[in-house]
Amino acid sequence: MNRNVRIAVFCVAAAGLAALLVASVLDLPAFGHYQGAYGNQLLRETVAERHTTNVVTAIVFDYRGFDTLGEEFILFASVVGVTLLLRAQKDSEDDEHVLRKAPDDMTRSDAVRIGGLVAIPVLFLLGLWVVAFGLVTPGGGFQGGVLLAGAIFVVFLAASFRAYYTLTPTEWVDFAEGAGAAAFALLGLGALLAGASYLHNFLPSGIRGTLESGGSLSFLNWATALEVTAAMLVLFSEFLERYVAPVQRPLA
Amino acid sequence: MIPLQIAALLMAGVAGTTVVLIRDPLRMTIVNTVFGLTLTILFLIFQAPDVALSMIVVGGIAYPIVLLAAISKVRDEEKGE
Repeated sequence: MNRNVRIAVFCVAAAGLAALLVASVLDLPAFGHYQGAYGNQLLRETVAERHTTNVVTAIVFDYRGFDTLGEEFILFASVVGVTLLLRAQKDSEDDEHVLRKAPDDMTRSDAVRIGGLVAIPVLFLLGLWVVAFGLVTPGGGFQGGVLLAGAIFVVFLAASFRAYYTLTPTEWVDFAEGAGAAAFALLGLGALLAGASYLHNFLPSGIRGTLESGGSLSFLNWATALEVTAAMLVLFSEFLERYVAPVQRPLA
Repeated sequence: MIPLQIAALLMAGVAGTTVVLIRDPLRMTIVNTVFGLTLTILFLIFQAPDVALSMIVVGGIAYPIVLLAAISKVRDEEKGE
């Protein structure tokens, strides 16, 4: 196929896609005029029923908790997949061995070190806040979890691979990842013990608009935060150990 | 649609197109985080703060790190040959 034919085929396809997109956008309900019955009902009843002022989090961890269980295990399975691929290629090295081989890659730029030192506590606190207040204001375990992992990752940027690796021992991070996923599934069983259906909210709803609201969904939120933080750390560690650490940083 | 929403959509469109037009993977990764930022602003303007937060952490932390690791891996292999 020569260039002109390719361009002609692309133009036809692009025009078709554009026509479909424009047609579907024109058919959307106007902004702020949601049509579904389910969403409107949740908006009316969630705050009264669960005392959480962030309806999105209540949907994710309560009304649609079973979907989120699936998402948890998608993340869990993909991290296990990455780990299997990358760890299988190593000669079953333990942490000490990796650390002994680690290059001397201490960051030498004062600006990066000081910037990192400021960023780490700020990111960590922001992460905890996004998780904890996910029931009250926008946020939740998924977003806060990535922020927490990001804060720890900045240790690598501002200090060294050695510092990062010492801070995240493989066996602890692996354990935390499994424990987060397991806690979510087990909290679902708690509802069964309380005589309700799986993952049903089985704790009192607490005080509206405070951290003590939402009943068991706040525990599901923290379980998710643990799972996501650990999952991201496992990913970072595997990638760093395999691809980044063996490369000596240029002397600045 | 209010002008602010149109501006946010246009900004995301321009940033997304720029990502595609850049050929160097390393630069693409950096510009892609800027694209993520425009999407974050877009979600915020369309009153979806939860999605905006997700976009910040995915576009600003998770995705670039995986991309950078992949790029570093490919460059090492190219050097090795």
